[in-house]
Amino acid sequence: MLNPGQGRGPDSGVAGGSSNSDPFPAGLRVLVVDDDPTCLMILERMLRTCLYRVTKCNRAEIALSLLRKNKNGFDIVISDVHMPDMDGFKLLEHVGLEMDLPVIMMSADDSKSVVLKGVTHGAVDYLIKPVRIEALKNIWQHVVRKKRNEWNVSEHSGSVEETGQREDGDNNSSSANNEGSWRSSRKRKEEEVDEQGGDDKEDTSSLKKPRVVWSVELHQQFVAAVNQLGVDKAVPKKILEMMNVPGLTRENVASHLQKYRIYLRRLGGVSQHQGNMNHSFMTGQDPSFGPLSTLNGFDLQALAAAGQLPAQSLAQLQAAGLARPPSLSKPGMSVDQRSIFSFENPKIRHGQMMNSGGGGNKQMNLLHGVPMGMEPRQFAGGGQMRVQQQQQQLSGGRAVGQNVQSSGMMMPVGGGPSMLQQQQVMLSSSVPRRSETSSGSRVLPAAATTQSVVFNNFSSELPRNSFPLANAPGISVSYQEEVNSSDAKGGAGFGNPSYDIFNDYPQQYNNNNDWDLQNIGMVFNSHQDTTASAAFSSSSSTQRTRAEHVQNHHQQQQFPSQSLNHMNGGGSVRVKSERVAETVTCPPATTLFQEQYNQEDLMSALLKQEGLPLVDNEFDFDGYSLDNIPV
Amino acid sequence: MQRQVALIKQSLFDQGYLDEQFMELEELQDDVNPNFVEEVATLYFKDSARLINSIDQALERGSFDFNRLDNYMHQFKGSSTSIGASKVKTECTMFREYCRMGNAEGCLRTFQQVKKEHATLRKKLEHYFQLARQAGPKETARRSK
Repeated sequence: MLNPGQGRGPDSGVAGGSSNSDPFPAGLRVLVVDDDPTCLMILERMLRTCLYRVTKCNRAEIALSLLRKNKNGFDIVISDVHMPDMDGFKLLEHVGLEMDLPVIMMSADDSKSVVLKGVTHGAVDYLIKPVRIEALKNIWQHVVRKKRNEWNVSEHSGSVEETGQREDGDNNSSSANNEGSWRSSRKRKEEEVDEQGGDDKEDTSSLKKPRVVWSVELHQQFVAAVNQLGVDKAVPKKILEMMNVPGLTRENVASHLQKYRIYLRRLGGVSQHQGNMNHSFMTGQDPSFGPLSTLNGFDLQALAAAGQLPAQSLAQLQAAGLARPPSLSKPGMSVDQRSIFSFENPKIRHGQMMNSGGGGNKQMNLLHGVPMGMEPRQFAGGGQMRVQQQQQQLSGGRAVGQNVQSSGMMMPVGGGPSMLQQQQVMLSSSVPRRSETSSGSRVLPAAATTQSVVFNNFSSELPRNSFPLANAPGISVSYQEEVNSSDAKGGAGFGNPSYDIFNDYPQQYNNNNDWDLQNIGMVFNSHQDTTASAAFSSSSSTQRTRAEHVQNHHQQQQFPSQSLNHMNGGGSVRVKSERVAETVTCPPATTLFQEQYNQEDLMSALLKQEGLPLVDNEFDFDGYSLDNIPV
Repeated sequence: MQRQVALIKQSLFDQGYLDEQFMELEELQDDVNPNFVEEVATLYFKDSARLINSIDQALERGSFDFNRLDNYMHQFKGSSTSIGASKVKTECTMFREYCRMGNAEGCLRTFQQVKKEHATLRKKLEHYFQLARQAGPKETARRSK
């Protein structure tokens, strides 16, 4: 289903990074490291026979400096394990952390323990000497796989190459657009450095800001600090304090921490992740999975609005979207779009999956969507701290978010109509915020790529933030909850008066909806490529697995929540679809909010372009399909 | 003449001096690199001589640093397998076994075998390359089977 996107994404990515137009994989830039001259010579010959561009190197230290000097100069590294100056695994570790290139280990040592070590250190492959050319003919697959993953992960983690490109686009957009959002974005940054967030940089400074070289010593200091704090609890600020290195900024540490966590995750695989997740959940307080359901709802909405559109017009979008973010053209948009984009992929998947009709698929998709949601919120959050926090709770701190959401969920059910009404009131009063939050949440899904990382990072921090939020009367918090709950009810078809309320909701939110829709549409057009291509990375899969895990967890623990969630998912979709329709009809509303919501405005503008024409047929269609699926 | 070259090579395989990795190398030989196998072999013997020397010195020292010996031999084995020097590789593996067991006697004994196989192979290959050159480049590139 996604084949076109998949095939294209990686290729374009590689081509873009390497700036060569050779037919892939010919011209693949390979760095071979081996202290054995005989092996090196043979390998070089073999790799050249494969039409790769080969750089050989007989010392790991030299290899590392080569890589550092020219970070975009190579696509893949092949390294011997046993080398006198630096252990191959050490090199592997550094490459994984600093360049995030795929590394293939090789050795004459075929003992299981060594091979295992290679795998656990993040090697994409382990070749046993003598290396055969057949094995080398295939190594390009690792580059493609990596690229694809990067689209998901790097969106946040920011692989070096992509970071640069993005930042170009971001700077304009971010600076122009989100003045209000700076605060929030900065905050966010502290916790996790998003390259996307280039927004926090606002100015081009991000590009010029000196890049910290994480030397072995520095990294060891870093690792020591992290270990002392505990991987889950380590936050950039504390790490920075512990390291006490002059010149090192919190952003540097945050960025490195993020990469390090990605690295750990890669090493640990799913199991570790799950462990983390559980942990975070536990800390998060409640076992309730309310957040998931809400998130799902959001995702679904997004999907309904945007997700399916792509499916229908995928071909067109892809054709147009190849350009990536740069093609966005509109400055303000770029930031949001990016985030959206990343999420959109999942959305697309959702839509496709949905169409395919697999029950299991749904959950998967939902899960994907959930993590994604986190970031977008952050983005959307813009000026409001609360929003971010909420986002964190919801997205990152699922556990934390649970409280809020769960409470929200419970509230509607128990309280019945009255509760809902109150909520509505709340919402109506805080419409602007709502719009932000709602839009944010929806948008957020797109940002998901980094999510996993983010999650990890945030898991430790989230609890703190989230607690206050939950407790806090903040509109924003109640907001999402309300919205979600209402959606859930409506979607679930409880038949309670809440339903009506729900309907009202959409109207109130029309503006928001419109925004979302617009945004989505925009994103898709410009970014489709990215999304499509990126959609499938393995990293995403891990995230999914997590999400699944979580869900399962929830289900097991909380029976009621379960049903609610499911219900919510279905209901939310519907509601959203409805909203969409309304939104479409009520474009004027957008104008009211534009001032307040820069991002949204942009989005709306975009939406107008695409959204209006599409509105009736596609949206309805989408909504319906979604309904069917959940049911 | 060419037939003779093919026969010699076949005998090297039959006697277990070489394995299929050697054929891999020959596959890599083309018009651009007509003497690739010989160049690799030359490099191998030069480098392995260095390693043998290092191991010799380490053994002469009397104190057995098995870790170090194992490292040397690992590299020796790595390059030996890379050119398909089957017999040498086998001896290298034995040597490393003894290293792991901390068997100095075994190491010394095996090392002699390593050197012997290494020298034998060298002689045979030199002879082979010489003949192959005389027979013409094409023959060299042809697979024996």
